[in-house]
Amino acid sequence: MKIAVCVKQVPEAGAAKRIDPQTKRLDRGGEAGLNAFDANAVEEALRIRESSGEGEVVLVSMGPSRALEAMRKALAMGADRALLLSDDALEGSDLVATSRVLAAALEREQPDLVLFGQQASDSDGAVLWAAVAERLRRPLVSQAAELEVGDGKVRAKRQTEFGYDRIEAPLPAVVAVSDAINEPRYPSLKGIMGAKSKPQETLSLGDLGVDAGQAGEAGSQTEVYELSPPPSRGETVRIEDDGSAAQKIVDYLAERKLI
Amino acid sequence: MTTLVFLEHHGDEIVKNSLGVLSKAASLGGDVAGVVVGSGVRDAAARAGEYGASRVFVADDPSLEAPLPQPRVDVLASLVRDQGFDNVLFGQSILAADLASGLAARLEAGLNWDLTDVTADGDRLVGKRPALADSVLVDVGWKSTPRLALFRSGSFEAAPTGGSAELLDTPVQLEDFSSRSLLVGQDQEARSGPSIEDADVIVAGGRGLGKPEGFGMLEELAKALHGAVAATRAVVDAGWYPYASQVGQTGKSVAPKLYIACGISGAIQHKVGMQSSGTIVAINKDANAPIFEFCDLGVVGDVNEIVPKLTELVRSRG
Repeated sequence: MKIAVCVKQVPEAGAAKRIDPQTKRLDRGGEAGLNAFDANAVEEALRIRESSGEGEVVLVSMGPSRALEAMRKALAMGADRALLLSDDALEGSDLVATSRVLAAALEREQPDLVLFGQQASDSDGAVLWAAVAERLRRPLVSQAAELEVGDGKVRAKRQTEFGYDRIEAPLPAVVAVSDAINEPRYPSLKGIMGAKSKPQETLSLGDLGVDAGQAGEAGSQTEVYELSPPPSRGETVRIEDDGSAAQKIVDYLAERKLI
Repeated sequence: MTTLVFLEHHGDEIVKNSLGVLSKAASLGGDVAGVVVGSGVRDAAARAGEYGASRVFVADDPSLEAPLPQPRVDVLASLVRDQGFDNVLFGQSILAADLASGLAARLEAGLNWDLTDVTADGDRLVGKRPALADSVLVDVGWKSTPRLALFRSGSFEAAPTGGSAELLDTPVQLEDFSSRSLLVGQDQEARSGPSIEDADVIVAGGRGLGKPEGFGMLEELAKALHGAVAATRAVVDAGWYPYASQVGQTGKSVAPKLYIACGISGAIQHKVGMQSSGTIVAINKDANAPIFEFCDLGVVGDVNEIVPKLTELVRSRG
């Protein structure tokens, strides 16, 4: 069984993030690491490989060459090899362009299962898997809080706004896991030492057979016009409870016709 | 300009967030249609005319009963191709996000998500998108039609206008791969009152409640305000309240008219899910809690004392 896990390098959670006013893209120059939500997908892939006793876990990412650093963390967790799609012409790719390029790489790899994490912590995007599944013409399950793989099928418990749906789909399939599915392992010292020597391949658009006009900003269908500060909330009214806070809240809400 | 709005249903009802998007679409002008996809959904579809749709397309077929995105991509793709809509708009949900994204790939169309507003500028649309934990507002657009957009829950008021819509059956032809995912069971959480996506008032609880039983008191307050109860990730992880109520970066983004945060410190992960709310009231005994930086009314005090009194006072107003 071959499992591809799509991962992304994102700015570190604590790092100050900014959008470059010139390119109107996220400044990716600062501290960066593996998108934390992707660690859940990597963990799940490793568990599937371990429980079946065989198989390969391939990481697939799109990004600048330094994105390999983030992929090394997933290699240290136990993934077998990394495939980075990197090309200057990929910059500024939106959903249609990114999904096209990722799907091209996945077509080349032909995995039985493609896994995604719940969202990207930089763009808050939680949609990419559906576009990729569409391009691969494979069944999709997202928000999987539990996942079982066997007998040529995936069985998932899918979190929805209303509770849980149990979904079955035949392999090959695309599954996006929720961050409730597992607790990702920490890489062992041995894993960290071994990560660097695991196969790490970088592919350009040419290698993938994708035309430069179909990727990056040229291949995108959305654009960014302008950045502005968010509207201010105005003054905060602050009170200390002296026993009358409940009444003051009611008065405040009544004045604004909220009750 | 012609606009199609995906009208998501749950049971016999169209979800409020979709109706809000429909109202917004109607306010932009041009021809506005809705589409309802499911099994036994004609009655629900008929009610959409009230919110500004002149036509509602209905894909009513037993094969569409399960709330799965891929068959819906097939239905919407052929509808958009046949009718040539300029815009296809969605209220954000787990189903709608997968559907919009699949449709974007099928039609090679631009999709902007997590929008909180959209304006028409002649033939052009400009979407408003809060980014980087809502610290910056980004104006986004589309290079071609159809333009696809997902709107954050609670962005728009669902305003009935009293119109009625013409119901039109739309053909259902599914791709082989679209029908391979099967719903084999459902476990829906019983709930009284509105969902957190639909509620005008949300009463939310965090660690500061001190114990899981604190949610009982929040449920009472929510009931008195005809609202819903939400929770932070910390207490959902601790098993105090169900996941479906989680608001924040992992969880739902909500924008009710009134958000009452009880014992919530206001960590950035929670803030991004609720800071677009109309009015935010925070009750916390820690005077230095970050939530006091972005609320409208901040009350420093003990939630366990204030909330029951508040509930009584609200009830006594009738």
